[in-house]
Amino acid sequence: MARIAGVDLPKNKPVEIGLTYIYGIGRSTSREILAKAKVDLHKRVAQLNDEEVAAIRSVIQSDYKVEGALRSEVQMNIKRLMDIGSYRGLRHRKGLPVRGQRTRTNARTRKGKRKTVAGKKKAVEKK
Amino acid sequence: MSRSLKKGPYIDQKLQKKVEALNKSNQKKVIKTWARDCTIIPDFVGHTFAVHNGNKFIPVYIQEAMVGHKLGEFAPTRIFRAHPGVKSEKTTSPA
Repeated sequence: MARIAGVDLPKNKPVEIGLTYIYGIGRSTSREILAKAKVDLHKRVAQLNDEEVAAIRSVIQSDYKVEGALRSEVQMNIKRLMDIGSYRGLRHRKGLPVRGQRTRTNARTRKGKRKTVAGKKKAVEKK
Repeated sequence: MSRSLKKGPYIDQKLQKKVEALNKSNQKKVIKTWARDCTIIPDFVGHTFAVHNGNKFIPVYIQEAMVGHKLGEFAPTRIFRAHPGVKSEKTTSPA
């Protein structure tokens, strides 16, 4: 069981994939890390020896921002946008898309589940 | 797509001149401007701009954190009041 940056890596996956379970590491970063740590990226996580795990760990620690630190950085960036009152900050505050996407339809990722608003009254009722 | 680095940030020439004049004479005056696309440079910090939003001028006080953004980002052009027919928020409890 290899534990890196506070995350348990899956035992039976290649290290290249296993590392992507850490927040902030995708496939390409994972490969960079393994190249720097000189670990074979096709090796399974369970087959890593302690030295290799230590090497990976030190590379991540010195060169990459992952997990909590990265999450808080992202949050700080968003907070900054909100604090200076920029358009992007306003969109974050309202939970709407930030990058100019349409909101007439779609935008469900940002807006969350549909909240149906009661339809407008029929014109007939007005007499 | 981002702007070519070769060109540097876009700064409205006339606006920059006005700011420089103010900086030299150490005054703080509200500068009316239509240049919403002008990048905020460190020289602008501490000044107040009245940025046009297509209808009126929105006062924008420039803080340090705003450097690198554009003036227009701080003067919204659309005002969302409410959807037609939605009477207050008493029936739609926050979900």
